[in-house]
Amino acid sequence: MSRIVVQNLGKKYKHYPTRWGRLVEALSGGHLVRHRPHWVLRGVTFDVGPGESVGIIGLNGAGKSTLLKILTGTTVPTEGSVQCEGRVAALLELGMGFHPDFTGRQNAVMGCQMMGLPRSLISEVLPGIVDFSELDAYIDEPYRTYSSGMQMRLAFSVATAVRPDILIVDEALSVGDIFFQHKCMQRIRHFQEQGTTLLLVSHSPDTIRMMCQRGIMLANGKIERMGDATSVMDYYRASEVLRMDAPSMEQPELTDSAPLLDTRERKVVLANRTSGAISADIIGDTNSIHSGDRVSIRITTTFSRHYNDPHIGFGIRNKMGITVYEANTYTLGDKTRPVSPGESLSATFSFPCRLSPGTYELVVGVADGGYGFGSFEHSLFFDQSFMLFEIAVGKSSGWAGIYDLQPEVVVE
Amino acid sequence: MWTYRGFVLGSVKREFQVRYLGSLLGAAWTFISPISLIFVYVVVFSQVMRARLPGVTDTLGYGVFLCAGVFTWGYFTEVLNRCLTIFLEQANMLKKSPFPRSSLPLIALLSSTVNFAIVACLFLLFLLLTSRFPGPALIAMLPLLLIQQAMAVGLGVLLGTLNVFFRDVGQLMGIVLQFWFWLTPIVYPPSILPEWIRSLIESWNPMAPLIAGYQQIVLTGRWPEPTDYVVPVIIASGSLILGYLAFRRLSGEMVDEL
Repeated sequence: MSRIVVQNLGKKYKHYPTRWGRLVEALSGGHLVRHRPHWVLRGVTFDVGPGESVGIIGLNGAGKSTLLKILTGTTVPTEGSVQCEGRVAALLELGMGFHPDFTGRQNAVMGCQMMGLPRSLISEVLPGIVDFSELDAYIDEPYRTYSSGMQMRLAFSVATAVRPDILIVDEALSVGDIFFQHKCMQRIRHFQEQGTTLLLVSHSPDTIRMMCQRGIMLANGKIERMGDATSVMDYYRASEVLRMDAPSMEQPELTDSAPLLDTRERKVVLANRTSGAISADIIGDTNSIHSGDRVSIRITTTFSRHYNDPHIGFGIRNKMGITVYEANTYTLGDKTRPVSPGESLSATFSFPCRLSPGTYELVVGVADGGYGFGSFEHSLFFDQSFMLFEIAVGKSSGWAGIYDLQPEVVVE
Repeated sequence: MWTYRGFVLGSVKREFQVRYLGSLLGAAWTFISPISLIFVYVVVFSQVMRARLPGVTDTLGYGVFLCAGVFTWGYFTEVLNRCLTIFLEQANMLKKSPFPRSSLPLIALLSSTVNFAIVACLFLLFLLLTSRFPGPALIAMLPLLLIQQAMAVGLGVLLGTLNVFFRDVGQLMGIVLQFWFWLTPIVYPPSILPEWIRSLIESWNPMAPLIAGYQQIVLTGRWPEPTDYVVPVIIASGSLILGYLAFRRLSGEMVDEL
């Protein structure tokens, strides 16, 4: 029971240049081919054993949704086969077919009917649905009067009213407020403990690492990598960073639009002065950075002319654009040396990276002639979004916030 | 399919609820509109316009004749038209929700049948009140209706499936049904037609013997002749088979097109 076997799965969509092309093809019985084939999925083979949890990750357009649609049976594969043993519940499109004018309760009954539950079971699980959705008195109000969060809560409660043998979840759907999200995750975990097979699709490698033992990375409709969740997610993150930083490395002059420390006039000159040859490396213990790891950031630049007092700085901004940290060799009290044209200078900043998991921007700056409290005579280079990097969930997870203070605890 | 009977029956029920949701009289409308239709056909045509059927002395004869044809034809086209567009209407559900696709035409058939049953009961009540109740031959309506609806579902599913790929089918059917209506003796008796058209219609239009059967049962209480229905039965089973084959073959590809 509750096994998923996927063999050599492929899905081809037909693109017809004109509608007449389809007619010609249909009338000729398929002898005259008038369409362009477009494979969104091809040669996908994997299986998920009973009670196992597998996470699927991939960029948009990698074929994730198509795979899910085939697994749930809404789309028919062009080649290959899918076998799902046991009752499948899918949390993909919640609230499909709910009617706005009916009450929450009526829609809940309909949702159960759509899952093919018998009448006796529906009346048995209905109180549980009402209870879990926390809609209380609203359950007998029309569905259209619900907030989107309430609609999601009802739909999730209906979809998970009965423990399925196989649960397919698209994590892209966020269900209600934080408290309810937590409740949903708990319910999914509870199902896992009771032996439900889980297939989770997510954009977040961390979620997959937390919920699943195995991982699959899809790219261009094929399985790029498959294995234990952690190594597949590390690979995914590394490939994502590569993809993200490539353009900014080739065209550093694109930093034009980024806010500058000095006037715009100066910045234009500056790019020439540094020759544009600036590179930054983030070095961790492994090929991905986990919260709490020791991390080194090395910034190297080549100068196009003579400077007396060149300095290199870095900063880290979080997703919200808030600068979490910013400093440079001048403010940190480091001595540098004068440089002649064509000479390179590199600075390495090492620190325990106690930031919370998430995506961060690396800020890079180069300047000359420090004075006062961190001011410079000439700004040579400044980019607030030099590259993106990701900090993954680390070993110590017993804290929340943006920075791990690592406090010592004494209970008296 | 059997597992989803709750869904099918629930959907039929909801369709009714939706229709009268937010109206004060609610389900009463289910009865008001057919009653007014019967009134129009019987009273207005027979009494006001004084339309008479040739050879029938009954003053209400033409109204009864009209009702027998129009209501059954309406039942036929309702199922046909709904099957024609049901896959397009439910595109979102088909794309995103796993449930047996064949439940959609079934829902269309069942809810139209409930509609027709209400109209038919009211019409029979009217016949009873005016002491024109046709008697035991009424039972013969059922097999005729069965043939008719088999044809409606078969054609509807076949054309509805094709309509997903070529929307022209839906447009074309609107015109075809217009012609079909007037080429079937529904509002006129076949006797007013020239002989050659009449024989053409009687041998090639499968709806003609069906409608003629209803009219004959209701007006005269005579049993219909089984041999008249060989062609309709053949066409009905043929369209059912074709519809099934087309649906089975294309229902997968249909979702990609929607």
